[in-house]
Amino acid sequence: MAQQSSPSERGTALFQSELIGTAIKQSFAKLNPAQLVKNPVMFTVEIGTIIMLFVTVYIALSGDKTQGTLVYNSVITVILLLTVLFANFAEAIAEARGKAQAESLRKTRQETPAKKVGSGQSADAYTTVSSAQLVKGDVFLCEPGDIIPSDGEIIEGLATIDESAITGESAPVIREAGGDKSSVTGGTKVLSDRIKVMVTTQPGESFLDKMIALVEGASRQKTPNEIALTILLAGFTLIFIIVCVALKPFADYANAPITIAALISLFVCLIPTTIGGLLSAIGIAGMDRALRANVIAKSGRAVETAGDIDTLLLDKTGTITIGNRKATNFYAAPGVSAADMIRASALSSLADETPEGKSIVELAGTDVTRGLSTEGATMIKFTAETRSSGINLISGRGGEPQRIRKGATDSIRAIVERAGNHFPPEVETQAKAIAGNGGTPLVVIDNEHVMGVVELQDIIKPGIAERFDRLRKMGVKTVMVTGDNPLTAKFIAEKAGVDDYIAEAKPEDKMQYIRTEQTGGKLVAMMGDGTNDAPALAQADVGVAMNSGTQAAKEAGNMVDLDNDPTKLIEVVEIGKQLLITRGTLTTFSIANDVAKYFAIVPALFVVSIPSLQALNIMRLHSAESAILSAVIFNAIIIPMLIPLALRGVDYKPIGASALLRRNLLIYGVGGLVAPFVGIKLIDLLVGLFV
Amino acid sequence: MNTELTGVVVTYLITLLLAIPLGKLVGKIFRGEPNAFDFMAPLERLIYRVGGIDPKLDMTWKQNLVALLTINAVWFVYAFFMLLFQDKLPLNPDGNGAMTPDLAFNTAISFMVNCDLQHYSGESGLTYLTQLGVINFLMFVSAATGMAALALVVRAFLPEKTSLSGNFYVYFTKAITRVLLPGSLIVATILAFNGTPASFAGKDQFISLQGDTVNVSRGPAAGLIAIKHLGTNGGGYFGANSAHPLENPSYATNMVELIAQVMLPIIMLFALGYLINRKRFAWTVFGVMTAGFLLLVTPTLITEFHGSPAIAHLGVAQPAGAMEGKEVRFGPLSSAYWSIATTVISTGSVNSMHDSSMALSGSMQLLGMMTNAFYGGCGVGFLNYYYYLIIAVFISGLMVGRTPELFGRKVEAREIKIASIVALLSTLLVKGGVAIAAYVLVHHPDVNWAVKPAAWLNNTGYHGFSEILYEFTSANANNGSGFEGLGDNNFFWNVSTGIVMMLGRFIPIIGPLAIAGLLADKKYVPESAGTLATDTSTFGLMTFAVIIIITALSFFPALALGPLAEYFSLK
Repeated sequence: MAQQSSPSERGTALFQSELIGTAIKQSFAKLNPAQLVKNPVMFTVEIGTIIMLFVTVYIALSGDKTQGTLVYNSVITVILLLTVLFANFAEAIAEARGKAQAESLRKTRQETPAKKVGSGQSADAYTTVSSAQLVKGDVFLCEPGDIIPSDGEIIEGLATIDESAITGESAPVIREAGGDKSSVTGGTKVLSDRIKVMVTTQPGESFLDKMIALVEGASRQKTPNEIALTILLAGFTLIFIIVCVALKPFADYANAPITIAALISLFVCLIPTTIGGLLSAIGIAGMDRALRANVIAKSGRAVETAGDIDTLLLDKTGTITIGNRKATNFYAAPGVSAADMIRASALSSLADETPEGKSIVELAGTDVTRGLSTEGATMIKFTAETRSSGINLISGRGGEPQRIRKGATDSIRAIVERAGNHFPPEVETQAKAIAGNGGTPLVVIDNEHVMGVVELQDIIKPGIAERFDRLRKMGVKTVMVTGDNPLTAKFIAEKAGVDDYIAEAKPEDKMQYIRTEQTGGKLVAMMGDGTNDAPALAQADVGVAMNSGTQAAKEAGNMVDLDNDPTKLIEVVEIGKQLLITRGTLTTFSIANDVAKYFAIVPALFVVSIPSLQALNIMRLHSAESAILSAVIFNAIIIPMLIPLALRGVDYKPIGASALLRRNLLIYGVGGLVAPFVGIKLIDLLVGLFV
Repeated sequence: MNTELTGVVVTYLITLLLAIPLGKLVGKIFRGEPNAFDFMAPLERLIYRVGGIDPKLDMTWKQNLVALLTINAVWFVYAFFMLLFQDKLPLNPDGNGAMTPDLAFNTAISFMVNCDLQHYSGESGLTYLTQLGVINFLMFVSAATGMAALALVVRAFLPEKTSLSGNFYVYFTKAITRVLLPGSLIVATILAFNGTPASFAGKDQFISLQGDTVNVSRGPAAGLIAIKHLGTNGGGYFGANSAHPLENPSYATNMVELIAQVMLPIIMLFALGYLINRKRFAWTVFGVMTAGFLLLVTPTLITEFHGSPAIAHLGVAQPAGAMEGKEVRFGPLSSAYWSIATTVISTGSVNSMHDSSMALSGSMQLLGMMTNAFYGGCGVGFLNYYYYLIIAVFISGLMVGRTPELFGRKVEAREIKIASIVALLSTLLVKGGVAIAAYVLVHHPDVNWAVKPAAWLNNTGYHGFSEILYEFTSANANNGSGFEGLGDNNFFWNVSTGIVMMLGRFIPIIGPLAIAGLLADKKYVPESAGTLATDTSTFGLMTFAVIIIITALSFFPALALGPLAEYFSLK
């Protein structure tokens, strides 16, 4: 199989040259006031720029020197324009990256020929059309080697499919009609067998298309926290409008004429342009990070909510334990020799393809299995009714027909007692002991006589306890959902370190649990794949559907995980938290910056008429004009300097809320106070060479 | 110096020793638990019956707000007309005249909103009837309004989801019968026994050693002065306020008046802690407020102790510190302490003339009123703190990666909108007012008002600017102290500060009540390890930073042009 690069490696460089070109073009397009008005902070900067443009033109035409020199005013105008452009660029580059990421996924589903099967036609009578012509409800056929032309649901057949184009995972997966793994994704490749697939989405309406639209901005809606923050920033902007407008009569009183350039510069420096300029980039980058983790979020809101999750429902199998249980021990019943017990167990599982069956054969060892023969035997498959499986031999031991079964204690006991045989209490006790240790007991019988118990044990994933610990420190409660009996569930829950478990879980139980938690005010996340998970996925605040899951599940959830990785929820929670933290810290940074800017600009405004205020010029800036220029330049260039942080996101550390606040306050609060003093002083040293 | 400093420290410590335990008592009163003042119950029942109040009725925050605003409107109309016609009413032994409509408007608002900005002098501007029936009455009800308003936000801190917020009338009545009335009685008795007048007799007369005839105003002052401090009102019976020898006769009464005014805001904090079952939170808020208070008091004490640099430049030693505008019986340190206590708390009474304070002290007094949340007025101090708290919770919630929550309730767009408007408003009122005043002064100096704008200021330059800034800051903060030196009894100042006082009072009450009402009606989310605790020193620091930054960013340019420019030019 060809080595594919994993999606997470695709485009990890923050700025790719082709993206920068697009982003620069977009930065200018976004100057359109109708678009910019959505960002109140930057919109006011644009208005300031326009006013400065008029002032500059006026000076150029009239030669009036009361407002400062033409060069000085021109430079201020240009820097203000740059401030808006930088903010636009931040948004544009975030969009471009998100789009590139989505496009690289979409590339896999370029037009491919589709073998369309008409209704009522036999599977062989297909017409080849382009995938673009497929509409919802169409049925197409896929044979080995075919690229699946569209997302859909298998309605007939079973196939192994290479999904590496989407997931980066090279091991083929099995998809079959009817079950919870009936969904196929366009762009993946059928490796074996034939399937008939029904198209489930209209062209252009797949999740990927929706995601691209979200990233592009057309259908992007502000998330609740983003709205609240925008209001707060608008509030700050209004305060500074008042401060700056009032400054004019103040200055008149003090006989200290202020130039328009100085007033607008002060205003632009004071309003939170840093966070205002980066706000939408942060939001887009959050969705983009989700996409990089191979999770398609259906809205920005879903990503944001993920950060608030209080309770996480996780399926035991595949998430907490490694796929399947393994046989670890044979316990012979009283009066049965260990060798007979092992022989019977191995026989019962020889033709058993389930991982549990294989592990029994494996544990029995080749010495035992070599001597066994299953000639003329009939396999009895596991069914939900019998809850047992086994084998019927025509001529087993001594040439007699032999019926060997293994299964759950109660179902085997029923068989044994129906045959009028005795079910030894020792076996019962042993089975209970196994369950109490988190294992699953399988009772083995030979012609309705109890041979003994096989112990199956769950293998807990290495490192999972640490991950749950991390979640606990985030304040997230983990709940294990399992079909196991309560004893086994309790044992595994304790061993893996989950906070709670739902044993013998039916889909309704999940739903009930989610509802109860939500009534208590908690936000719940869960992952699911089956159609019967759909209601719970819809009920959960964050429902992550696996891409391999049914269409119903994918529609119900608000995220789709392309990797089908159940531990992905943990990453999603961190991405959500990062999103909020990045906004919070940059807001703090932006506002803390104002202190230094005041110390730069206020003395500069009044230094001619009130020389004593020079004492406030604690940075010892070169001159009034260079002080104002330095402040405005710092204010502008801090935006592109912080773009990488906005795109990558501020790291989340699960160290407890208060400790995290202390840490971020120290870095971004104190840092935000100090950085501009240093920055403005350095810029002033440079500017001082020219002014 | 040491004696004076000890006096200040002892005064503050006695305040705390009284206030902290009394917080629990007041908490019990508001929660309706059995308490020492249950003997007042018959009087309260009478008030409820006469007022047609059902004390068991639990109302929504909107209904409570309507009750609060309506009853305030009634008092305003009553006060306005009483002042307008006081010359025709009884109990006017000195024959004082009526107020002009604009002055009556200003005075009625001023006392209704617990501000007590005075554009008149008590000796000549009021009669005994209006001193008692308007001023003294409004001092009680305005203080009780603030305390009741605080009780109305309590439900937002409790786990139960509710659309109700209690009964304003009940909180209001109990605040008077069980807190303000008994407290004032004690303070008034102490003052009366120390020489403050408490009679209905008119002016007294004596002939001085120089042979001049001196008329001494007096009247029913002791009771008024008691509630003036206890209720953080601050309006003086006499024009000179607590610098007047009859209003504040000795160092002992000075201590009593200081303790009385600082006590109730602190009591209300601990009462809140009791009401919401969160002592630690009350201590955290107290810690933040105390830190702010001490940061303002300390530089003031130091500058006032060192005296005026202008005098020092002349080579004159000032062993007693800066004594201009101060009373010898109080000294510079006690006066400095009072000047900050009265400005951080919205009392606004003075025992020295703030106009004569050092420039740096003036900045500290202004900052105290600009933040208005370091203790603050009784009840309303925490309401001011509350909207800072909302903003702090919001930003720090984001910083720890969760949708911000305050006591289990999510803080969302609507709450932020309200908090932003309230924060915005104080900037708008103060800066807008100063800007208009400065504009009128510069561009229309000769408007034909009772005092022409050109003659408004006793001082020109930076100090004159400080006088304007101080007046609007004081009006907005409902403080009521004056920098003085401002010709303020004229149409412009009476109307403009009247409007500022009214908005500066009710918007910061409506805003927090609305936020609390919205929050209480939200689903309660139990706290988890990911929730940011609001009763830690880290969060206290965050709130402190938010208060300082918002205040500094809003007012820095104004401070730079006024007291800071003066400070640096004197240096």
